[in-house]
Amino acid sequence: MKNVKNAKGFWGSIVLVIIFTVVTQFLINGGTLNSFYVNTLFSIGINIILAASLHLIIGITGQFSIGHAGFLAVGAYASAIVTMKLGLPFPLAIIAGGIAAAIAGLIIGIPTLRLKGDYLAIATLGFGEIVRIVFLNIDYVGGASGMTVSHLTTWPWLLACVVITIVVIVNFTNSTHGRACISIRENEIAADAMGINTTFYKVIAFVIGAFFAGVAGALHAHNFYIIQPTNFSFLKSFDILILVVIGGLGSMSGAVIAAILLTIISTFLSNYPEVRMVIYSLVLIVMMLFRPQGLLGTKEITSFLKIGKSAKGGVQHDSKNTVA
Amino acid sequence: MLKINDINVYYGNIHALKGVSLEINQGEIVTLIGANGAGKSTLLKTISGLLKPKNGEILFESEHVAGKVPQLIVKRGISQVPEGRRVFANMSVEENLELGAYLRKDKKGIREDFEKVFQLFPRLQERRKQQSGTLSGGEQQMLAMGRALMARPRLLLLDEPSMGLAPLLVKTIFRIIEEIKQTGTTILLVEQNANMALSIADRAYVIETGKIVASGTSEELSQSDQIRNAYLGGH
Repeated sequence: MKNVKNAKGFWGSIVLVIIFTVVTQFLINGGTLNSFYVNTLFSIGINIILAASLHLIIGITGQFSIGHAGFLAVGAYASAIVTMKLGLPFPLAIIAGGIAAAIAGLIIGIPTLRLKGDYLAIATLGFGEIVRIVFLNIDYVGGASGMTVSHLTTWPWLLACVVITIVVIVNFTNSTHGRACISIRENEIAADAMGINTTFYKVIAFVIGAFFAGVAGALHAHNFYIIQPTNFSFLKSFDILILVVIGGLGSMSGAVIAAILLTIISTFLSNYPEVRMVIYSLVLIVMMLFRPQGLLGTKEITSFLKIGKSAKGGVQHDSKNTVA
Repeated sequence: MLKINDINVYYGNIHALKGVSLEINQGEIVTLIGANGAGKSTLLKTISGLLKPKNGEILFESEHVAGKVPQLIVKRGISQVPEGRRVFANMSVEENLELGAYLRKDKKGIREDFEKVFQLFPRLQERRKQQSGTLSGGEQQMLAMGRALMARPRLLLLDEPSMGLAPLLVKTIFRIIEEIKQTGTTILLVEQNANMALSIADRAYVIETGKIVASGTSEELSQSDQIRNAYLGGH
């Protein structure tokens, strides 16, 4: 029933996204948007995918993972190998990046998701660093000097990935499986006692999150011409974590809005390199002091706009408009 | 209905249950009383599969369930109300109840059970859209019980339902436990409030530092001097 109710908003948003894609592509080709703005747009898109994927792991399932840059790295390198070493087309590289990261997520998820809270955070942090060191020491992918990658990420591909990520994660969240994941966040023992297979759902959320982080990695690799292990240090993991926390743990639209705002802020601040990190950190501190629950808390943007209508029903629609 | 034979449960090196045996018949309320740390909750968690016994057997309707994962045990018809209520705080009352029926597929039966739960706990119906974290302690206890009933259990495990509740509410909760028994659900009740527990139970077991030290009908136990001195306040 929910699907039927959503159908109109869903197709409406698809049309909007297509119009938006065509218009922006036209502006990019026509040179109205200079390369600085185009780059910012690309960064925003990639950050939205990263924030949305980590939102599923931390915000929905409540598993405090801070090794997300590891999945990003796996996706980036796997996709770069597919296009640069094997000479296969870019769409295949995106999928390969996602799958490689998902497998990494499965391998790391099964043993570590038995851990809770701080322990899981430390274990995932360790995973992120291991991935970085491994790539640093493989000469096949260039070692410390990195790997040059051709620029293949185009605006329609990026936007399509953003939309697919958001649709999949929102639908997953609103499904029975998503409900099971939220119950784990709320109270793992009670979820267990209700007969929910908590380990299974934690791993599933982790693998889906890792998959989309890998997709983001593929887009990232083919956007920046070069990938180096230093791009994927734990600081990158924290950057992604910040997006999710600032947006509000448990809010998809919050994560998306935070990804947009913080990317714009940090791009703008790159004109002032001396004070950049100081101001960025100040923004974060002020934010946490005055709005510790994040921009939207656990709510979705739709619950502010449409009172009375099911908040879940509108999420897909709205998140996509936020993207657009 | 449930038969536990000589189970041993450990927390690392700590021997928490030392050869516990116990039996529950269809349609009874059996209560397990004991002091803090005696092993009451440990026994419940072992039955519901949250803990695994090192050895010994648990038979539910003559089927071995010891060491099985919780979701299988819930499916077999044992459902637990965990200690300290543990409702899903950011979800509405309704969503909490839906999660109780998580393993069930029969939509019609689930709807009927919604009505049954609301009949038992009219308070929950008034607050069905409210976030369960904002409910009072007593209401949360009702919600936790309703949530467990949504799995349509044949055996309901209640872990300290009176914990932290005002005496009047405790009475209400115990009256509802008796009503649940009337519907044919067998109940294993773990309580520190031994007086109240014995007043509604058919039979009782007394557990002390991981061992069953006494058992019998509720009348027998409430008249035993030893039990009265240790658990019922002496007189």
